[in-house]
Amino acid sequence: MAPVPPADPAPRPATPPSPPWWRDRRIVPWVVQAVVGLLVLLLIAFLLGNLIRNLTAAGLLLSWRWLQQPAGFDISESVIPFNAQLPYWRALAAGLVNTIRAVLVGLVGATLLGTLVGMASFSHNGLLRRLARVYVEVVRNIPLLLQLVFWYFVVFLTLPNGLAAIQLPGVVLAKSGLYIAGFGEGLRWMGPSLVNEVWQAPLRLSVEFGALLTGLIVYSGAFIAEVVRGGIAAVPKGQWEAASSLGLSWFATLRRIVLPQSLRVIVPGLNTQYISLAKNSSLAVAVGYTDLYSVAETTLNQTGRAVEVILVLLAAYLTLDLLISALMNGLNHLVQIRER
Amino acid sequence: MFRTRTRSLVVSLCAAGLLAGCAGDGGGVQSQKLSTITGRGKLICGVEGKLPGFSFVGPDGKYLGLDVDVCKAVAAAVLGDPEKVEYRDLNSSERFAALASGEVDLLSRNTTMTLSRDAAGGNGLSFAPTTFYDGQGVLVPVASGIKDLKGLAGKPICVESGTTTELNLADRMREQNIPYTPLKFQTSDQTFAAYLGDRCVAVTSDRSQLAGKRTSFPKPDDHTLLPVVMSKEPLTPATTNGDPAWADAVRWIVYGLMQAEESGITQANVDAKLAEAKANTNQADLRRFLGVEGDFGKQLGLPPDFVVKAVKAVGNYGEIFDRNVGPASALKLDRGLNRQWKDGGLIYSPPFR
Repeated sequence: MAPVPPADPAPRPATPPSPPWWRDRRIVPWVVQAVVGLLVLLLIAFLLGNLIRNLTAAGLLLSWRWLQQPAGFDISESVIPFNAQLPYWRALAAGLVNTIRAVLVGLVGATLLGTLVGMASFSHNGLLRRLARVYVEVVRNIPLLLQLVFWYFVVFLTLPNGLAAIQLPGVVLAKSGLYIAGFGEGLRWMGPSLVNEVWQAPLRLSVEFGALLTGLIVYSGAFIAEVVRGGIAAVPKGQWEAASSLGLSWFATLRRIVLPQSLRVIVPGLNTQYISLAKNSSLAVAVGYTDLYSVAETTLNQTGRAVEVILVLLAAYLTLDLLISALMNGLNHLVQIRER
Repeated sequence: MFRTRTRSLVVSLCAAGLLAGCAGDGGGVQSQKLSTITGRGKLICGVEGKLPGFSFVGPDGKYLGLDVDVCKAVAAAVLGDPEKVEYRDLNSSERFAALASGEVDLLSRNTTMTLSRDAAGGNGLSFAPTTFYDGQGVLVPVASGIKDLKGLAGKPICVESGTTTELNLADRMREQNIPYTPLKFQTSDQTFAAYLGDRCVAVTSDRSQLAGKRTSFPKPDDHTLLPVVMSKEPLTPATTNGDPAWADAVRWIVYGLMQAEESGITQANVDAKLAEAKANTNQADLRRFLGVEGDFGKQLGLPPDFVVKAVKAVGNYGEIFDRNVGPASALKLDRGLNRQWKDGGLIYSPPFR
């Protein structure tokens, strides 16, 4: 059998001529990204190279030996024991613990305050609703530094001192701080007492800590209140109506129906506020509270190791914020709707 | 030899700029800083800014004080005009970074000269002659009845952070085994506000600074300086290690102010002295000092008559002292250690030779 002559190929639609490579959509994005990436790398390499070259020339190449040298300065309040003979790293650690202490208490306080105010802006009580608005608008529009200085110099430093201090059973509020009774040396119960014109007590919160904490809580509370308000507003009105048709009170509706649903919206916003609070705590130096930044500043001045000290600061705040972020992301996971 | 020196100079200048990048070419026969300043047409001087007697803003909005007069003298010597100065207020923590990064040309900000601040491995500063010999003191309210350091036991003391004061306080209290609470603030304003707010029973700083600040208290007489002097505080203008030629120029301008007092040259008679030097070829010392003969100015990269310009602008060292912190001022400080060496003080200019 004679082979079938191949049929004429069907006239295929003419393929468009492939464009030159510089107009090829498969190539161009790669080229652009490669160029941009290269430029960024070059910039980083230039900056790092410059830093190392110049530091070497100045004989200041990164060295961490200073961490072991005695600090030589004192810290007014420290959770972990510290004195001037201990090395710099202990001073920085004491500062870090002070920062964490302020941040943790601040987070709890700001969350409580913010949630209450956020809830209040849905209250049936008009006065409460307006008070909540006024608080938010006033506080979030004034710089935090100004507020801290106000709390410290205007509010706390006008407290009475010495014998004139506000004295309640087991608690004394004086210009130097809040003194609370507790178990002192040898596990003996001790109340606040005035020794040599200075109040002493087992538990003491300085006014510097108080001013920082008040400032952070009031400031962050206003932002958190807005986040909470937004979260509550995001819950459909029908939920409120259904709840009240069941006879639930305003508070029970919020607590059992609305707030749990609004958490999905609130938590991501809260994360941002928490991180801001942790970073804002470094303003403590304005009110004389010895936080990490304050210790680092003194260390920098005494050792002249600017680059190293700043690196320590960067690492510490970054770690702190990443930790908060990780915890909040975990929480966010928990409150999301689970599709079944 | 010369080339390597200029190169290392440029490199260390760049080191001061760190990340800022560097375009130095290693050329130039002179101080890079000096040519920057003359090119810019003004001197940038870092000062405290709020310290009566040393550097503060007067009622007419102009900077006044002993530290400010040093800036003016340098500007007059370098640029011929004492008003060509831009002042930057720096707090005690910012000052060294501002100087190292080149943000200010000269730091004239009641800064104590210490080993670690001078050393290349420390802050790497280059100090000019000390313009004020001071010591650390303690200011307490008269009503507190405190007479010495022991009286401060267990009490809060206000101090500015990042100062030698902070360390001296820790050392002195440790030596005498006195427990205390240091309350640290970033600026002297905050420190003194907390003291006046009664948060601390005492505030510690250089004695001259305490005396200066006290004049601005609501009731200056209610506060008293304890007799104790806790440290030596030679307050000294500074430049960076990076530019030795610039450091030399500043050093000899300041010495010039001191030598002028020793030679009896004042703001009022400097023109007459200059005329006298020009007329009388026998007065070799005076002729060299005022730049009539010799090339001292040229060696420093300055105009030949830099001393004349500086003294004409602010007067000699004694006049500067009296006007700003001495009997003619609100501070009413005694010359004390700051007398000329001939009168038993520490102000001593090496020979202009």
